[in-house]
Amino acid sequence: MIPKSLGASSSASGVAGIRRLIARHKTLDWLFGLLGTLALLLATLVFAALFGQMLINGAPQLSWEFFTSFPSRRAASAGILSAWVGTILVMLVTAVVAVPLGIGAGIYLEEYARKNLLTDIIEINVTNLAGVPSIIYGLLALGLFVYQFGLGQSIAAAGLTLALLILPVVIVATREAIRTIPQNIREGAYACGSSKWQVVSHHIIPYSLPGIMTGVIIGLARAIGETAPIITIGALTFIAFLPPSPFSNAEQLISFEWLLAPFTVMPIQMFNWISRPEEAFQANAAAAGLVLLLMTLSMNALAIWIRYHFRKKIKW
Amino acid sequence: MNTETFPTAKAGAELKAQAKALSFHYGDFQALKNIDFPVERNQVTALIGPSGCGKSTFLRCFNRMHDLYPNMRYEGEILLYPDGVNIVDRHVDPIEVRMRISMVFQKPNPFPKSIYENVAYGLRVRGVRNRSLIDEKVEEALRAAALWGEVRDRLDDLAFNLSGGQQQRLCIARALATDPEILLFDEPTSALDPIATAKIEELVSELKEKVTILIVTHNMQQAARVSAYTAFMYIGELIEFDDTKRIFTNPSSKLTEEYITGRFG
Amino acid sequence: MMSSILPLKHPPATLAATPGTLPQGWSAARLRRRLAERAIETLLLLAALVSVFTTAAIVAILVWESVVFFRTVPLLDFLTDTQWTPLFDDAHFGILALLSGTLTTTIVALLVAVPLGTILAIYLSEFAPFRVREVAKPFLELLGGIPTIVYGYFALLFVTPVLQKIYPELPGFNMLSAGLVMGIMIIPYVSSLSEDAMRAVPMHMREASYAMGATRLQTAVFVVTPAALSGLASSYILGISRAVGETMVVAIAAGMQPNFSFDPREPAATITAYIVQVALGDLPHGSIGYQTIFAAGLTLLLITLVFNIVGHFLRKRFREAY
Repeated sequence: MIPKSLGASSSASGVAGIRRLIARHKTLDWLFGLLGTLALLLATLVFAALFGQMLINGAPQLSWEFFTSFPSRRAASAGILSAWVGTILVMLVTAVVAVPLGIGAGIYLEEYARKNLLTDIIEINVTNLAGVPSIIYGLLALGLFVYQFGLGQSIAAAGLTLALLILPVVIVATREAIRTIPQNIREGAYACGSSKWQVVSHHIIPYSLPGIMTGVIIGLARAIGETAPIITIGALTFIAFLPPSPFSNAEQLISFEWLLAPFTVMPIQMFNWISRPEEAFQANAAAAGLVLLLMTLSMNALAIWIRYHFRKKIKW
Repeated sequence: MNTETFPTAKAGAELKAQAKALSFHYGDFQALKNIDFPVERNQVTALIGPSGCGKSTFLRCFNRMHDLYPNMRYEGEILLYPDGVNIVDRHVDPIEVRMRISMVFQKPNPFPKSIYENVAYGLRVRGVRNRSLIDEKVEEALRAAALWGEVRDRLDDLAFNLSGGQQQRLCIARALATDPEILLFDEPTSALDPIATAKIEELVSELKEKVTILIVTHNMQQAARVSAYTAFMYIGELIEFDDTKRIFTNPSSKLTEEYITGRFG
Repeated sequence: MMSSILPLKHPPATLAATPGTLPQGWSAARLRRRLAERAIETLLLLAALVSVFTTAAIVAILVWESVVFFRTVPLLDFLTDTQWTPLFDDAHFGILALLSGTLTTTIVALLVAVPLGTILAIYLSEFAPFRVREVAKPFLELLGGIPTIVYGYFALLFVTPVLQKIYPELPGFNMLSAGLVMGIMIIPYVSSLSEDAMRAVPMHMREASYAMGATRLQTAVFVVTPAALSGLASSYILGISRAVGETMVVAIAAGMQPNFSFDPREPAATITAYIVQVALGDLPHGSIGYQTIFAAGLTLLLITLVFNIVGHFLRKRFREAY
């Protein structure tokens, strides 16, 4: 049967019918748009609740003393001095280990690796490690760093653990950044007589640096908030002293004693306070959480900004 | 053009390079078949042919670009004069070859660095540190690439801010800064508008005073305008090599004739 | 007359050789450069191999300690017993008691994350105006960057009290609150991967649909979503893998008491929460209690491994499709 006009076959009322149909479809369209907006709104509300609740409970605790005091049995005088110092030192170890290893591995996989079994194994490993739960890294560290290497519950053990944890993040970011560099840039450099390493060091690394930085910052922000692996290696939760200063030793300019010192970090301190039954400590937990949240959010924001900023600047 | 002074037989002509029985393989695929081909000194030689005929592949043998990719094999030789070294020999370092033979690519590919640094790059790779020498070479190369006047006041600008034609001339300057013996052009104007194309063509004709030029082009008029010699390639083979004039007026091969009269391509 | 035309300031050694002869062997300069390049390549390879060593070390340590564990505890008991009381006199080692907690919290989390994540992905990919997307995407990324301990705090001290207002009998530790918050936590993962998959659907497929008179919703539902299906599935799988391995939210909000139950209103320990509980205590290195966490960890690794592999192949499929 050949319809007389479009749509008329199914709807007796012709054009008016089509219009009604379209109107109904458009209503559905509009409703889904509303649904999406609501979902977005819900996410915003949850974030507002999370942030607001911490702000209300924690903000009164935030004072200069909170940052300069050690944890204490009395909630009112307890602070996060050992926690933020510990976090910075652990992050230092993590960055020093994970950044060169991650960038090096990323460069190897993108620029050097031949298509062979070894490369496949490495690639599968990186993908797989990115999906391994963080607490498993804690178990690895407990067995390997704490007992086998005899590092104990130290800053070095924690830093190494978190470095392995964020290694896939750095590798993936490095690879993705390198992949955006067009092949004709490499050819141009080779045609000028560059060696492979010259191409990598003069071109590949500088041009992919914004992308790499984004990955490094996101990785470190993740490491700062990681709690489970640090608990798993058995890090103490009550530390009322600072690790030895890197600059304390008069004879050597820099001492590495702090690497083997016991420590606490921000999320561990927060966890410790959450676990206390007394309500006064919950306020401390909120304050510590607020500081932690601001640290990670500002790092993530910085990473996002770098990415958007440089994406606009360099157009291949 | 003074092409008439050099007869086809090339008797007495001074060669800059010469391919002898050159074959090239990607894996199992033979992309170039037994090519014999002379490159005359301080002349422009053009390579034409339908796409996929191997002209770019052939050009890229001259600075060993293929070495960047796996599973390839050269057979035969390309001799570079005056020393007569076979530049596709396994024992010859491709980096040394590229230091003597520069290349300009199909799409302008300046580095995301300043104009100055782009031109200075080849010198830096060669370990030149003398700032005044680099300054001098950069200016000389930019003048030779007919770009100096347009960029002299903004050498520190990012090269990406230049127009497509300017970028391509910058790439030519980059290649010239290290005084190459041969300059390879791989369809240098295919990404450019007609005015920019005309400028590049003019430049190519001027540059032959300084440097031997080998140019791949998909544009037959371009070959006719800029080159003294033209080679026609088809499916990996060199079908005909001759004086540009003769190729376009009186080709000896039927295939060449069909191609230049536009019956295929 | 041929003149020497080597214009380089530093003429390369090999090619400056006598005209007409092939360079014999490698020049010293070339050899030096070769060695340096080789050394760099080797260093980079070693960096890349760290990931292989890490995997090998994880497997070795978990298997090593678990082997000792399974010498004491029969595998059958481990897999079928429904009690997990390794530190009691009457010790039971039934991983099901922990798996039930992991499974229940994961299901609750997925019930939140999958619908919301998918709606957000469709909305952001097909509906949202450019400006909304430009703000919403980084915002969601930021949500994904919040430390899990903060989400744990939020679950225990905000979500649970709110739920208790609706349902007063709810205990202070419960799987419902932990699961809900975990769901919120993994929304960004699900939505961003799903959106990537939808964005990868070529524009001409949408145009074909619009050309037939379809609306956005129809295009999204009938064309884009089916085309991106394997990508969506892989994002859900990733979400599952995250939820299964998540530690702090459940350890804080669902309690650490093993409880063979699938009722989300009850408190229960997950595999991860149990590991935390043991690590917080003072178990001597080498005791059976110490080994239990490695056996539990091995179980967890195997579960996430299965999901990761499935997710990997699904992802590969949608990447290959276009």
